[in-house]
Amino acid sequence: MAAETADTVPARRRLPSMSVLGPIVALVVLVLVGAFLNPNFVSAANITNVLARSAFIGIIAVGMTFVITAGGLDLSVGSMAAFIAGLMILVMNWALPTLGIGIPIILLGMAVALVAGLLAGLLNGFLITTLGIEAFIVTLGSMGIYRSLVTWLADGGTLSLDFGLRTFYRPVYFGGILGISWPIIVFALVVILGEILMSRSRFGRHCAATGSNEHVAHYSNVDVNRTRLLTYAMLGVLVGVATIMYVPRLGSASASTGVLWELEAIAAVIIGGTVLKGGFGRVWGTVIGVLILSLIDNLLNLTDLVSPYLNGAIQGIIIILAVILQREAKAKG
Amino acid sequence: MSYMRALLTGAAVAALGTAAAAQDTQVIGVSIPAATHGWAGGMNFHAQEAIERLEEVYPQLDFVLATASDPGQQVNDIEDMVATRGIDALVVLPFESEPLTAPVQAVKEGGAWVTVVDRGLSVEGIEDLYVAGDNPGFGRVSGEYMAEKMPDGGKIVVLRGIPTTIDNERVEGFESAIEGSGIEIIGMEHGNWNRDDSFNVMQDFLSKYPQIDAVWASDDDMAVGVLAAIDAAGRDDVQFVLGGAGMKEMVKRVMDGDTMIPADVTYPPSMIATAIELTAVGMTSTAPVSGTFTIGSVLITPDNAESFYFPDSPF
Repeated sequence: MAAETADTVPARRRLPSMSVLGPIVALVVLVLVGAFLNPNFVSAANITNVLARSAFIGIIAVGMTFVITAGGLDLSVGSMAAFIAGLMILVMNWALPTLGIGIPIILLGMAVALVAGLLAGLLNGFLITTLGIEAFIVTLGSMGIYRSLVTWLADGGTLSLDFGLRTFYRPVYFGGILGISWPIIVFALVVILGEILMSRSRFGRHCAATGSNEHVAHYSNVDVNRTRLLTYAMLGVLVGVATIMYVPRLGSASASTGVLWELEAIAAVIIGGTVLKGGFGRVWGTVIGVLILSLIDNLLNLTDLVSPYLNGAIQGIIIILAVILQREAKAKG
Repeated sequence: MSYMRALLTGAAVAALGTAAAAQDTQVIGVSIPAATHGWAGGMNFHAQEAIERLEEVYPQLDFVLATASDPGQQVNDIEDMVATRGIDALVVLPFESEPLTAPVQAVKEGGAWVTVVDRGLSVEGIEDLYVAGDNPGFGRVSGEYMAEKMPDGGKIVVLRGIPTTIDNERVEGFESAIEGSGIEIIGMEHGNWNRDDSFNVMQDFLSKYPQIDAVWASDDDMAVGVLAAIDAAGRDDVQFVLGGAGMKEMVKRVMDGDTMIPADVTYPPSMIATAIELTAVGMTSTAPVSGTFTIGSVLITPDNAESFYFPDSPF
């Protein structure tokens, strides 16, 4: 949390329009309402829970911010996460007799996740850029492929990490430094790097230029295809990172892992102020979007405001309100 | 539709003709949802196993198995079975009741035997045999166990499944069984029969309530998420978690006398095997098998757990 508030300061100074405030106001209102309704909402344990569970979608959403900014879209990330989780569990279980329980086998699992993510991202990117197929279609296809593959790997059931191994790996989700758990630390690091890359680097400017107008970007000596390919590859790696954090939590993967993560990540990116058509992206905004989405869920569970049947409706209303708030503010500013 | 039905009827009549000509082989079509979650995975496993076994026992029977990932695909599967294989009997576990009712009715009108499993059709009297799971009974058995295990009452939280009739029937059965037992449901949320969702919901329940005596997770997948959340919070007020369905890992824990998982309640995916077996008996013998066969939900305790443990099943 500290990371992105630190980042907002220079951003606000550079862009002192009201549009910046939309998502922040929504988040602050949500936190105040939560604290008012249930004091436990602001307890350290609850904040840790919410931030840690936001980390999966959050890490993926940072990558998604780049893909969308460059004018692309990736629907396959949820299925990809499930597939990578399944693959990781299979490889680690397979290597257990030779490597035994210890750091090396965890590193092997992590390497598998990162490499699989990179390859999956490159494959999406290759089909979209080199073969010139619509991103929506390519990733809709790969979404189905990865979802089926994980169902097939698990034989329709659930893939579970060996019990001893799970116990050893568990601290990667539940442990941490100075009371801050690892998923939160990794999420914060990804956000800081992402924000620097987006707003301070040539790659970030190339993404925005590509998403804004491909032809102009091309004539301005931006390698459009390479930029797009890199955004998909980066998203793939980040899906791998998210999976590394996900597997130690329950130590299992099945066909129901990561369902609808892609839509949550896209919603978070848009709530945060990134333009769905591309050309403009805000990494810190995405973080606010992710937090808003997880806080709504958390808040609805902590209070008895509405029938649980209506949880989805409340979420939908808040998503739309957050975006309207932002548009209104933009019009005024 | 009427054109399609006429076509189907025609095909089925033609099939009956050929079947009558060649008395020895009869075809049983089995149409089930694909293995998209744990319970369905187990159901697919038991369907395949039953078919393999029956093909050896009855050389005069042929089986066609199709798995569908949505109701539309299931309708297509059934139409294909009638048109290309001329099935003499259909065993169907409907994805959803409404969309499958008319196509199954068409199969029935074509003269084939129809066995419906688990979810009933929305028009009564179509099927010859209905092999049903007992959802109110599932809730009742769970509730009775809770009441017996907590004689002095206590505060419990409940995780519900995906909002459906199945879930409503279970919860109603549960609520009426614990009535007057002093057990109070302090929180109830949907965990959607999903490990990750139930993990999040349980974390929030633990933040919300300082004292929770027990949890009705109502499903073994949800129990996995609940246990992880309790474990991570380091809370020792929760005495036990009651899941349901009969997942092998959970049955194993009951068998091993785990105090957090003292029991489980069955809702066996193997009910598909019952349906296929009974249909095969009906096709090959004079024993009557029409009617309704309700598979009761049974309480699994350390005493009987061994007979519910299938280590080879994916579920």
